[in-house]
Amino acid sequence: MSGVHVTTTINGDEVDFVCPADETLLDALRNRLGLTGAKEGCGTGDCGACSVILDGRLVCSCLVLGAEAQGRKIETIEGMADGEKLHPLQRLFISHAALQCGICTPGFLIAAKNLLEMNPDPTEEEIRFGLAGNLCRCTGYDKIVRAVQAAAKEMRGA
Amino acid sequence: MPLDTSYTGQKFKLVGTRPLRPDGIDKVTGRAKYGADAFAPGQLVGRVLRSPHAHAKIKKIDTSKAEKLAGVKAVITSADLPDYTNGDRGMFDILENCMARDKVFYDGHAVAAVAAIDADTARKALKLIKVDYEILPHVTDVDEAIKPKAPILHDDIFTEGVEPKPKKPSNIAKRTEFGHGDVEQGFKEADIVIEKTFKTEQTHQGYIEPHACLANVGPDGQGEMWVTTQGHFVYRNQCAQLLGMDISKLRVTASEIGGGFGGKTHIWAEPLALALSRKANRPVKLVMSREEVFRASGPTSSTSIDVKIGARKDGTITAATATLRYASGPFYGMWAELGAMTSFACYDLKNVKSVGYEVLVNRPKVAAYRAPSAPMAAFAVESVIDEIAKKIGMDPVEFRIKNAAKEGTKSSYGPVYGPIGIGPTLEAAKNHPHMKAPLKKNQGRGMACGFWFNFGGQTCTSININPDGTAVVAVGTIDVGGSRASMSLMAAEELGIPYENVRCVVADTSSLGHNDMSDGSRVTFSSGMATVIAARNAIKVLCQRAAKMWDIPEDAVVWEDGCAKPAGANAGTFPPLTLKEIAAAAANTGGPIAGHNEFVADGAGVSFATHICDVEVDPETGATKILRYTVIQDAGKAIHPSYVEGQYQGGAAQGIGWALNEEYIYGKDGRLQNPGFLDYRIPVCSDLPFIDTVILEIPNPNHPYGVRGVGETSIVPPLAAIANAVSNAVGVRMTHIPMSPPRILKAIEGGPA
Repeated sequence: MSGVHVTTTINGDEVDFVCPADETLLDALRNRLGLTGAKEGCGTGDCGACSVILDGRLVCSCLVLGAEAQGRKIETIEGMADGEKLHPLQRLFISHAALQCGICTPGFLIAAKNLLEMNPDPTEEEIRFGLAGNLCRCTGYDKIVRAVQAAAKEMRGA
Repeated sequence: MPLDTSYTGQKFKLVGTRPLRPDGIDKVTGRAKYGADAFAPGQLVGRVLRSPHAHAKIKKIDTSKAEKLAGVKAVITSADLPDYTNGDRGMFDILENCMARDKVFYDGHAVAAVAAIDADTARKALKLIKVDYEILPHVTDVDEAIKPKAPILHDDIFTEGVEPKPKKPSNIAKRTEFGHGDVEQGFKEADIVIEKTFKTEQTHQGYIEPHACLANVGPDGQGEMWVTTQGHFVYRNQCAQLLGMDISKLRVTASEIGGGFGGKTHIWAEPLALALSRKANRPVKLVMSREEVFRASGPTSSTSIDVKIGARKDGTITAATATLRYASGPFYGMWAELGAMTSFACYDLKNVKSVGYEVLVNRPKVAAYRAPSAPMAAFAVESVIDEIAKKIGMDPVEFRIKNAAKEGTKSSYGPVYGPIGIGPTLEAAKNHPHMKAPLKKNQGRGMACGFWFNFGGQTCTSININPDGTAVVAVGTIDVGGSRASMSLMAAEELGIPYENVRCVVADTSSLGHNDMSDGSRVTFSSGMATVIAARNAIKVLCQRAAKMWDIPEDAVVWEDGCAKPAGANAGTFPPLTLKEIAAAAANTGGPIAGHNEFVADGAGVSFATHICDVEVDPETGATKILRYTVIQDAGKAIHPSYVEGQYQGGAAQGIGWALNEEYIYGKDGRLQNPGFLDYRIPVCSDLPFIDTVILEIPNPNHPYGVRGVGETSIVPPLAAIANAVSNAVGVRMTHIPMSPPRILKAIEGGPA
């Protein structure tokens, strides 16, 4: 198997991996780097469970090639907490019971973090449309939206 | 001593509070391990070859080229899965569904599988397998399948439940009937009779995590499997039987589960992964793609239902009948039967009859989906109930209150009800501000009721008291939505120790006795009851140890507030011994302290809900927007109210998707045209409003805390509530689910759709 050698930065750490040219970033993260926090729910960019941030932009890692990570900066769920200190979104997702099975949670947290970075004071509608690329089948989204609202408020220092 | 599990009205310190769930941090940091997140040394990638045909004979399968491909370690067909089912038709159907034998019965039916060193090689190997099919006529529609000239799926299935036994094979696998009274006489007594036919399309549970497992069978015949499942004991038992293994030789560990909703109560590709591993003598990881999940796992029945209800002008229902045709896929099912049992369960009826027909079609084998079969029956019945109320000029809530079942009612499916919540949920709906909120143009309000039995079943739980005074609760029921928090709350409540001092884990199949699956909304009821009893058994041991430490008789010790105390003045004067102190001394008083319980959890409490929904229909596009939604449901007792609300909201959201968007679309060729989340559209965040919840607590007399089970009932009313709301908004009765924009436009433009 001839592979592509990729050097990239993930959650602040420089890493190397070799993958086939047609391998997705999601498969490289999960199967080569052991970062299984990003999930494959569909493999077609419809569910958002594999969401990561690539150079500041929210992407479905199932629609990005591993080779495209060369020289880029990637943020995954594994880098969201600061050591023992959870990100406010992580903490408030737990306290608001915004997860049931939890399979979509990493994707939602990554998408919500990206949303709040771009729009620190979103309306309910902006949150709902901002997270419309992430599917959750358990919660009906109610407690997710409330957790994001609470996190936005806390992060604004309001 | 017989177990006393009756409700006692005990006062709670912890139950009913909202502590943080114990698996929260793992799930928000990406550390929680799901089905596809496990790896084993030397693991291979498993892939399944699936039929592109809806119905065909398999004349020959040639795997020789695939076997020769470098990197392929095993190829299996049905020849590698000999029949160990010993005449058990249900198990044989499971075997045949996991891997086609002589015929394929649906688009997506597995025909062969490979294990290879990587995904690319496995994909190439599948392309090298040659299957010679003889294509047969197929049928995918439930009404078409029962017509005289429909292609017959099985020539050895004759309709069960009719006398005399039919002479010709049929796609109607079984007929069931429920009810009491004289419906003909009842209809004669009615001032108004309404009869209508309804259809619902097939939907999928839509769990976000595809089926996934890591199987490892060694040359000594011992095996292990890591798998996403709602019932690892059942998966173990069924896989062991299909592979001809002793149950003790297969150890199954359940991963975290990324949603199931009934779809992970059945085995699918797991026996194939085990068979591949056994043949390759290597671990095999098999993960379904989303397309495979849609084509070959899950869905619920598509249905066709006739409902006839008669009532007097004063609002009394005099008779009700339903005929329910439920597609069960190509194999025998019990889905119409459940629909027939649940259809009129909300009402107190003198004359009632429901008849179910299990219909075989060339679609995937139907699986349980959250209160399986009840939502479709409720849609049909609650639509006619609304029509009758309108005809006699009665408020739909008042009409339902007048006819609601109550304590002592003989239910339409047989049993006599104890204390139940249908009346109280209707009263709460009547008094809810939602019912009085104003509506604008193109908007409509609907409400509907729903029922689900709730189940109990085999349960086995252990509580171990650790030397430091903390406790581990080992349960055998999968945590699908926060139940480890509920178990910890109940154990802490009984033991009198802080919630944080209890750790609840889901034990593997070699560490506990058999547990039935996490289905029937049974976990908080059954495993909760087992946890309470196990804790009380542990307390007995703690009291014995305290007696030993004080050197007084065992029956002179009582347990209060997490401490052993002398029972009275005659017992002696000793300061209370805490659980922690007794645990610390365990090595000198008899060794480890534990409490266990294994039983069949009887007495599950029936559950009722009433939903209210406001919609706005765009008359130009036919698109429906849910404006407001309220769920009112009886929980018996909400152990952790946040997760009870979560169940109410999640069930409503799934019901909204079912009502408005979701459906399997088959082409004339019998192939599924929308096996992906782009074209099979489940609700997204921007489709929904906040979903208000009202938790009622009418204690289940058969559970020590009054728990009923809350998971499923919430999906029963939405189809009907939304159909009633849309019908009120557009002024035409909607009779076909989902009420997608084209169906609504057709209804607005002329006649029913």
